Amino acid sequence: MKQYLLAVQLDESAPPESEEEVQAMMARTGKVTDEMKAAGSWVFVGGLQHSHASTVVRPANGTTTMTDGPFAETKEQLGGFWVIQADDLDQALAWASKCALACGQPIEVRPFDDGSRRR
Amino acid sequence: MDLDSVYRAEYGRCVATLTRLLGDIGLAEEAVQDAFAVAVQKWDEAPPPNPGAWIVTTARNRAIDRLRRESTREARHAQALLLHQPDEPKEVGPVRDDQLRMMFTCCHPALSPLAQTALTLRLLGGLEVPEIARAYLVPEATVSQRIVRAKKKIRDAGIPYRVPAAAELPDRLASVLTVLYLVFNEGYTSTSGELLRTDLCLEAIRLARALAELMPDEPEVIGLLALLLLTEARRPARVGPSGELVVLAEQDRSRWNRELIAEGHELVRRCLRRAQPGPYQLQAAINAVHTDGPATDWEQVLALYDQLLQHTPTPIVVLNRAVAVAEVHGPALALATIEELDLPGYHLLPAARADLLTRLGRTADAVAAYDEAVALATNDTERTFLEARRARLSAREEPRS
Repeated sequence: MKQYLLAVQLDESAPPESEEEVQAMMARTGKVTDEMKAAGSWVFVGGLQHSHASTVVRPANGTTTMTDGPFAETKEQLGGFWVIQADDLDQALAWASKCALACGQPIEVRPFDDGSRRR
Repeated sequence: MDLDSVYRAEYGRCVATLTRLLGDIGLAEEAVQDAFAVAVQKWDEAPPPNPGAWIVTTARNRAIDRLRRESTREARHAQALLLHQPDEPKEVGPVRDDQLRMMFTCCHPALSPLAQTALTLRLLGGLEVPEIARAYLVPEATVSQRIVRAKKKIRDAGIPYRVPAAAELPDRLASVLTVLYLVFNEGYTSTSGELLRTDLCLEAIRLARALAELMPDEPEVIGLLALLLLTEARRPARVGPSGELVVLAEQDRSRWNRELIAEGHELVRRCLRRAQPGPYQLQAAINAVHTDGPATDWEQVLALYDQLLQHTPTPIVVLNRAVAVAEVHGPALALATIEELDLPGYHLLPAARADLLTRLGRTADAVAAYDEAVALATNDTERTFLEARRARLSAREEPRS
């Protein structure tokens, strides 16, 4: 079993959706999460506030500094994510397809580094 | 059979089987290369009766020795895999299904199209990095970097080593067929006399044959093989004595390869009997009509293009169909079908327009279209061809002095 991050890429410059649309989307993604749980693939899920609420903490000379905002000021930001466990990439991609259709956003599939393949 | 041809014939199959045995493409390649190094020393006279089995067995034994010496987690994992195959006979040979698994892994849509092609040629075709680089006219470092990255992604992202389940098969098979088609095309549309590029065509046909043997019930696989054979059959007539392109209508049909044509026609008939048409089968059928009898039956070609257009309504199909429209309904109607097309940077669109305009007698417009096509053409042979056509027109246009 490998773990994969399914990250939702959100275009923050897009006009906000209506409350109804948001509710419908939440219902769809909630259904996918339930399916993941039933299949034993689910590890974690979370939706994020927009990047206006982000703060970056950087190490510098043994102390840290803080700056407002996300790492990069691009319109595409991390909107939320699932963590799943799957046998292989094909299984993870199959979940990602369901997630993409449910939330209407692109999903980046990234394997966790389990440390076993370091050379 | 000398060692080189054994290498060419068996490398991909052996790596595929070792990948299953070891669970890692990199380890499999090392083991197979070790085995060939041993073969160089031991086969001084003739290869053993079954060279593939000899290589796989030797590679497996070398891998076990090597893994015993190493203590990385990766090595332990591979060793565990090897030890958990108690039913594996001592003498093992390449397993055909392994090659199929390898095709699906190399052509996995999670890899970039360029990586898919490079991996397929390296791992299944057994082509060396410099050969691939020369064939694609890119630096060797680019190719090897592409292959290294792709193998790393296969390992780290967990791209599986198996034939996809029935539900995913159509999509995934399409990706394999696309890679083979692109490999062939890269070789075919290149300039004449470049033997390495011709090799790409032969390699694509070899892999398509292997795929057709492994998946005899997939009509699109048979369709692709037929398409490649019927296209390859015309190669000898496609280039004239001074390396210039010769269009279909002007080709010397006696120079076509009758054997390949017969084989291609038989495959197309097999597809027709199954009656599950798809884009490759339809293109193969079009090429079967082109290669049937002394001249092309354009009405039949147009009917097939109409079907193809329903299946794959792409601008390229519309453009290719226009050639048949011109033959059946005349150049004016054909021109109307491509008027709206938008294919930025694609030289064959202005080239087709130029040809139709020429036939309509609109010489000045035709010259302008040829100019556009020449500017966009990336291949010397094609550019020379277009320039020659344009020159012919300009000569006609200029007032006689």
